Amino acid sequence: MKSSPRNELPHAPWPRRRFVGALAASAALPAAAQFRVEITGIGGTQIPVAVAAFRDETRAPVPVAEVVRADLQRSGLFRIVDAPAGLDESSRINIAEWRGRGADALAVGSVMRLADGRYDVRFKLWDLVKGEELLGQSHVALPADLRLVAHRIADSIYQNLTGERGVFATRIAYVTKAGSRFQLHITDADGEGGQIALASPDPIISPAWSPNGRELAYVSFESQKAVVWVQDVLSGQRRMLANFRGSNSAPAWSPDSRDLALTLSRDAVAQIYLMSRDGGAPRRLTQSQAIDTEPAFTPDGRQIYFVSDRGGGPQIYRMPASGGNAERVSFSGSYNISPAISPDGRALAYITRQGGAFKLMVQELAGGAPVAITDTSDDESPSFAPNSRLLVYTSRAAGRDVLMTSTLDGRIKSRLLTTGADMREPAWGPFGR
Amino acid sequence: MNPSYRTLGTAALTLTLLLAGCSSTKLDEAPVENRDLSGSAAAAGAGAAGGAGTGTAQSGVTTVDLSKSGSGGAATGLLAQRVVYFDFDSFVVKDDFRPMLEAHAKVLSANRSKRMALEGHTDERGGREYNLALGQKRAEAVLRTMVLLGVQDGQLEAVSFGEERLAMQGSDEAAHAKNRRVELRDK
Repeated sequence: MKSSPRNELPHAPWPRRRFVGALAASAALPAAAQFRVEITGIGGTQIPVAVAAFRDETRAPVPVAEVVRADLQRSGLFRIVDAPAGLDESSRINIAEWRGRGADALAVGSVMRLADGRYDVRFKLWDLVKGEELLGQSHVALPADLRLVAHRIADSIYQNLTGERGVFATRIAYVTKAGSRFQLHITDADGEGGQIALASPDPIISPAWSPNGRELAYVSFESQKAVVWVQDVLSGQRRMLANFRGSNSAPAWSPDSRDLALTLSRDAVAQIYLMSRDGGAPRRLTQSQAIDTEPAFTPDGRQIYFVSDRGGGPQIYRMPASGGNAERVSFSGSYNISPAISPDGRALAYITRQGGAFKLMVQELAGGAPVAITDTSDDESPSFAPNSRLLVYTSRAAGRDVLMTSTLDGRIKSRLLTTGADMREPAWGPFGR
Repeated sequence: MNPSYRTLGTAALTLTLLLAGCSSTKLDEAPVENRDLSGSAAAAGAGAAGGAGTGTAQSGVTTVDLSKSGSGGAATGLLAQRVVYFDFDSFVVKDDFRPMLEAHAKVLSANRSKRMALEGHTDERGGREYNLALGQKRAEAVLRTMVLLGVQDGQLEAVSFGEERLAMQGSDEAAHAKNRRVELRDK
């Protein structure tokens, strides 16, 4: 990443140190049986890795190795090599034989139920190129957290083999609409393990994770107007943050968690304000006669990107986080909305209108032209993964809103598990679960 | 087609009901019409006991006429209208809606304890948050018009649903036009 030149979108220059043997694959991988992984496009280089079934995992509520394989596969950076059963972390590994199978790395492990009902998941990662053990781990977890353990193991493998932090153990919040029923969902980053944070007969939009991943701010129309709420994810406790006259919307957490920027129309037209996370009096940040909305903090907390139609159509601007002079950021096209800044501060994603189409664009902030990274025409609401390598966004397929993930260069895409309902308004949660 | 006597009898009854309905349609005399309509409904009910197929006749006459009679009277008609439609990308309250807004403003001015929400909406195109702000702008435009017509600012609240509550599904201009609107709701 750091070596990637200016004027180029972040791509995937992971360290080639041990895995130069990997070559480009020409076709999409077959999906793992249980997980409907749909991948379009493949990275230039894929690391061949084998993940043997963990000993006794069939007796556990989660097929650990299968979850690990699906995670690695979905990232587009790995090619899964078949592995026989009957291996675990204490097995002797015949390095030469495994090299012969074309694998550069091998993960083996076991799942053991403890007397207190918890599970001990052990695993070991072998570097087959160097012929040595890369890491060994033991995770003791409640049955309900076994899927999380599997994602953490996938993250460990990902980080060891690519040199970058994985996002498999993170979560994504999104809204579904089925009939006239709205639900705010939280799922693992693979779209599995879904739980419902809020169910309502009225619309829910714009979920936003607090930086520590414990709370979600969102807009609910349950009182027949747009009101901003903050909900503790674990306990379900919620509080009304902004319910001023008019509409209250577009919450965005400051990186230090202390404040939220949001859009209020209490002074007639929609303007951006700053409020303490504990409520209190909002401080107005923009002073225009036009619509100002969709604030997004830069990761250093010093600037806010936002949308304004002060120049006619909606365009993206940025200003100091304390308010003040705004400078226009988007210049091509007459309709640019929904800015998102990557957590590493290097990329801007937004939606542009081209003719009747709405396209997801990504732009390197240090300079460079915006690039359309999809071939779809109804893209909405981009949100970056915490490792700044992937985006989740809404698109349309077969008449439904669906959630897609994509690398920033658009080369590797996957569709999150579909439920039959419209899925929209995704927000990728932070690291650290 | 193979009409039986029963079907013919039904047709005759339907015709009677239709005629009765026609003769009663005096749009400017709402009370008389209401009384006649309840009579029609009773007749249709009696007919339903005597023969099959009268259900169609009943809804064809009674229901449709009832909804039409609602917009018959001048004052009640304007107050029954509660939607202001907007042109594409516009926030201008068109003159067509002024009589309707005047009627509502009069009621609100006469009773200062009455409150009303003005709910702005957009069509489905574009971003949800930006559309929420656009709908708000439409609602604010209606609010300003009503304040100019004598309503106190505190009696009104402009809110927005953006594209979240479409009046009509569809991606054609007919649907879009029905969705670009402000709805007046008593609070």
